[in-house]
Amino acid sequence: MDSLAPMINGFGVVLEPTNLLYCLIGVVIGMLVGVLPGLGPAATIAILLPLTFGIEPVTAIIMLAGIFYGAQYGGTITSVLLRLPGEASSVVTVFDGHVMARQGRAGTALGIAAIGSFVGGTVSIVALSVVAPLVAGFALSFGPPEYTVLALLGILLVATVGNGGRVKALVAAGLGLLLATVGRDTFTGAERFTFDSLALADGLDFVPIAMGLFGIGEILHNLEQRHRAVSGAVKVTNTWPSRSDLRQSSGAIARGSVLGFVLGILPGGGATLASMASYALEKRRSRTPERFGRGAVEGVAAPETANNAAATSSFIPLLTLGIPANATMAVIFGALLIQGVPPGPQLVSQEPELFWGVINSMYIGNILLLIMSIPLVGLFVRILRIRPAILAPITVLITLVGVYTVRNSVFDIVLVVVFGALGYLMKKFGFEPGPLVLAFVLGSLLESSLRRSLLLFDGDALGFATRPISGTLLLLLLVVVLLPVARMLWSRRTAPADREKTRTGA
Amino acid sequence: MGPGPAKRTAPEAGEASGGAPAPDGPGAPDGPEGPGPAAAPPGPPAGADPVQDAEPGFEEAPEPPRPRTNTAVALVVTAFGAVGCLGSWSLGPGTPAEPAAGTWPLVVCAVITVLGCVLLGTARRTADTEAFSAASWKILAGIGTMAGFIALIGTIGFEIPSALLAFVWLRFLGGESWRLSAVASVLIVAAFYAVFVGLLSVPIPHLF
Repeated sequence: MDSLAPMINGFGVVLEPTNLLYCLIGVVIGMLVGVLPGLGPAATIAILLPLTFGIEPVTAIIMLAGIFYGAQYGGTITSVLLRLPGEASSVVTVFDGHVMARQGRAGTALGIAAIGSFVGGTVSIVALSVVAPLVAGFALSFGPPEYTVLALLGILLVATVGNGGRVKALVAAGLGLLLATVGRDTFTGAERFTFDSLALADGLDFVPIAMGLFGIGEILHNLEQRHRAVSGAVKVTNTWPSRSDLRQSSGAIARGSVLGFVLGILPGGGATLASMASYALEKRRSRTPERFGRGAVEGVAAPETANNAAATSSFIPLLTLGIPANATMAVIFGALLIQGVPPGPQLVSQEPELFWGVINSMYIGNILLLIMSIPLVGLFVRILRIRPAILAPITVLITLVGVYTVRNSVFDIVLVVVFGALGYLMKKFGFEPGPLVLAFVLGSLLESSLRRSLLLFDGDALGFATRPISGTLLLLLLVVVLLPVARMLWSRRTAPADREKTRTGA
Repeated sequence: MGPGPAKRTAPEAGEASGGAPAPDGPGAPDGPEGPGPAAAPPGPPAGADPVQDAEPGFEEAPEPPRPRTNTAVALVVTAFGAVGCLGSWSLGPGTPAEPAAGTWPLVVCAVITVLGCVLLGTARRTADTEAFSAASWKILAGIGTMAGFIALIGTIGFEIPSALLAFVWLRFLGGESWRLSAVASVLIVAAFYAVFVGLLSVPIPHLF
């Protein structure tokens, strides 16, 4: 394999002191965010975007990636000790993890989770190093029609697999696509939806939208809810799992790694889905399923392995196709664009330092997390005592001042607040902001690919079906659209009284 | 503000329950109106009521359907799509062979309009909206402080607006004590000044 040399050079990039430092900063912030309920990784990365302007692209992405997978570790701690999942991807860990903690086996649960996370993450990075260049090489031949269908597929999958109502997620995605058209049309130069405002003529910027929807929106939403004051945490002893625990959970860790890796690649999959799927898988496979929910060590090992594996592999679609697989990846996509590095198949060959630097930094990050997560458990639990009432104004001010620093524009602060209010209302009315941000990021790619394809096909939409790759993708797209509709009709026929259409059963 | 049940969720955590079926009973009558700031008394200080949030989100009670809220949401979406269609049409709809500036927005807006109609059709069954609670006044107050921040930063710099914002959030939205709020808001601004003006020398408007 001739790609070995740039991969090894990537390690050189990671071992530069600055990059090591930012990797450490990233994973520590990630763990903190994971521990604190409320702000998720997407929101944190969005809020910290302005800080990445001054630093090198590799360094910036290494830090942001560290936040993402670091959060998967941190979320475990509160799930196990306090029954408070810090992240959505750690929700299933609560079932067995907290029971273990009450049985006095908190240390074992945390230890096995850390080991599982490390194994899952590492397996996923190795697989990523093999798969990503292949996918990127394959994708180099993609033309506008392929990108049109691929972007559509990505948006649809994220909208249909995510939380909340499918239709509402699609509405949010549509709004994102529409927001992406604001400003001067690149083909004709016509001004679209600018309402004669000079500030809108260049289009909406990604940063205030992401910071507003994820950052301010979540803070406002949290204002209404009172988080429980954290009291006396469980004492943690004996964090190294016993040999029988390890033997019992080794199968779960192995299966969780594979399942997490596969689900992470799929758009819309990601860490949350992977953790739930692997928990369900272990419970179904187990000869003693009644142990699950009563402190089964596999019930902690499987989801924690899978969510880390998935967090890592969800970088593949972003780094190889330029299609973010979930909301957090959409924010990292935005960060890459800001740095002047358009993500896509040419990234591996044109920016090998960035590509391999970021991937290899994940090894280091996972080792750092494994080292830190056990001895620092007490510290992270103590951080939970900081009341959200004190953190909220600080986060708001970081957002407001931070967004100003990007372009020195008061208008951007206005945008952040407007999109913050929108994000709050969306959450209130059952719309997820994730699909909106994702669709906004992909909007201009989708529109320009579509228009180029239509020019290419002379207006004949059947052209998409006649090219082999775009045809296959189109078929997939149809399956994604028609499957839920068919299932809906089916369930309406079989159980007309008992239905809840709008929740995804994924 | 409707008499809907107090809603407590950990965001994004609802899926774990496997989607409990919503009761098909009559939805609590709940208007789509926004949080009335005058009607709500200030809630008790946050954090002083540990029972309120004792259950993590994955065991949340299913929300009752709120047909009126859902219908209003669906109508807003449909109207938005329709207005968008008109706006896109005026940009020039083009043809498939020769797409114009308005072609793509027109397609997107048409899809939004159709989706709005679908939402309208399912308004009686969906149960994914949250009721505005007695604490919703905080949201308006929070947005108000940010609006004040924007209005003031251009003329008097970021220090005073930041301190005011932090104080309001700590004392009134967060329910911290007067003394802690005053001290913390000054400390926060000092830290921001040190980082943004001192360390990063960001050209943010500042007084001193």
